[in-house]
Amino acid sequence: MTKVYLDSQSSTPVLPEVYEAMLPWFSQYYGNASAMHEQGLRARAALDQARKQFSEAIQSSDPEGVIFTSCGTEANNLAVKGSAYALQHKGRHIIISTAEHPSVENSVAFLERHGFSATRVPVNSEGFIDPADIQAAITPETILIATHYANHDIGTIQPVTQIGAIAQEHNIQYFIDATFSAGWLPINVEEMNASLVSISPHRFYGPKGVGVLHKNRKARINSIIHGGIQENNRRSGTENIPAIVGGGLAMELAEKKREKRVSRVKVLQEKLWKGLSESISYIQLNGPRPGENRHPANLNVSTEFIEGEGQLLLCNAAGIAVASGSSCVSKNLKSSPTLTAIGLHITLAQGNIIFSLGKDNTFEQIEYVVASFTKIVERLRQMSPMWEDFQKGNISSVIAGKEK
Amino acid sequence: MAEEYNPYNPIVMDHFLNPRNMGDLEDADGIGEVGAAACGDIMKISLKISDDGRISDARFKTFGCGSAIASSSMATELVKGKTIEEALKVTNKNVVDALGGLPPVKIHCSVLAEEAIKAALEDYLKRHPEKAAMVATNSHSA
Repeated sequence: MTKVYLDSQSSTPVLPEVYEAMLPWFSQYYGNASAMHEQGLRARAALDQARKQFSEAIQSSDPEGVIFTSCGTEANNLAVKGSAYALQHKGRHIIISTAEHPSVENSVAFLERHGFSATRVPVNSEGFIDPADIQAAITPETILIATHYANHDIGTIQPVTQIGAIAQEHNIQYFIDATFSAGWLPINVEEMNASLVSISPHRFYGPKGVGVLHKNRKARINSIIHGGIQENNRRSGTENIPAIVGGGLAMELAEKKREKRVSRVKVLQEKLWKGLSESISYIQLNGPRPGENRHPANLNVSTEFIEGEGQLLLCNAAGIAVASGSSCVSKNLKSSPTLTAIGLHITLAQGNIIFSLGKDNTFEQIEYVVASFTKIVERLRQMSPMWEDFQKGNISSVIAGKEK
Repeated sequence: MAEEYNPYNPIVMDHFLNPRNMGDLEDADGIGEVGAAACGDIMKISLKISDDGRISDARFKTFGCGSAIASSSMATELVKGKTIEEALKVTNKNVVDALGGLPPVKIHCSVLAEEAIKAALEDYLKRHPEKAAMVATNSHSA
């Protein structure tokens, strides 16, 4: 059976050379990086090498700024809560957007329950933050501005350099959640004035089990996991050496191959959207049009009159792996907050499907997906009482209304 | 043999992938539509009811997730051949049990299926007040 993996923003396969590089660190070089013997010192050298790989990839001159965590979510928690605890003597106000990843949004919501306050600046219908809104939200109490670089649902690329300039002007710590961007979009911590940047290697062909938070020399954070003095006392717990070694190599390779990978997935992204929009009626793209303001791997669509989970399951039955922001797919029965933040009509949020491309997808696969998805939409519409009502003229199309 | 991974059990998957009684009935004797797109599910059930008060045919249309489609498919199977009185007693638990279970967050899909069946039967009884009186008498004497 044909299998097409279009969920690369959830996770990617580990590159063979990355896997090879990780292997010795399980059973051959198993020492604890805190130990003072040969095994331990070898592990420490491996950590230093990975720190170099990550810092160089984001144009940082400070490998010591790299803090290893267990995943992107932990890196985001450390950035948000760690900044809040470290800077609370200066103020207790945080600025984020309404379209942050749950690891940022829920960390801020936690802090709000513990005496901090937050302003959530809106995003527009394509998911863009207006830097002027960030500027306007700043108070003398503001200690942290946190935004994503590229949105995890709809691929919107934020004006992080402009936001960074505002943060710098007001001398406020700026955290960029780059967990969906690193390895795909260029990052320059100096130019972006990023006090903190988070990275998630399993989204660019590295392993799961490692995340990175890069902190510049000026930034202040408190540890949120307490124990031994690993990671310069900024994150306790024995380092996951195999994953860190693999993640570092995946980061280095992602930078070397970035342009090639990006130009490839961009073509597939355009082809997929062209195919879907030409063969399916009442379908819309969520987020910016493919181009410089959209993550090249992301395609988020809504098909009207049908629900997302049914689409996802029928895709799965056809061998196609996709994601959905529909409430029926989420365990808390809520649509993706990003879709709510861009003001997407509730029925379009229900009919949401996220295709995310990877370097190994092919033209043939895209053609198969367009053909299969077209049939899936037709099939579910035949089952849908809403489609019937629309055909009879009892209800109107939200998408057609917008196009007028 | 390749292993299969699905979010629902094989019965639910079967009713989702091969739904029974999908569609509409020409000259339906009772139609029930419940739910709202805003809640994520809309179910419409159409019934054909013979003169002796038995459900001779049932059809569904559903806007909703896999378990909503499977629940409505199973609900139509459960009520086919039943009398109005019997069909009025079909509960969401009957639907869940017949499906071999649903995940806890999807139980509401079976509730909607029960409501859609009841709404279709009520529509029929509204159109046939004489039967409504009989159903009321029978259920009181039961």
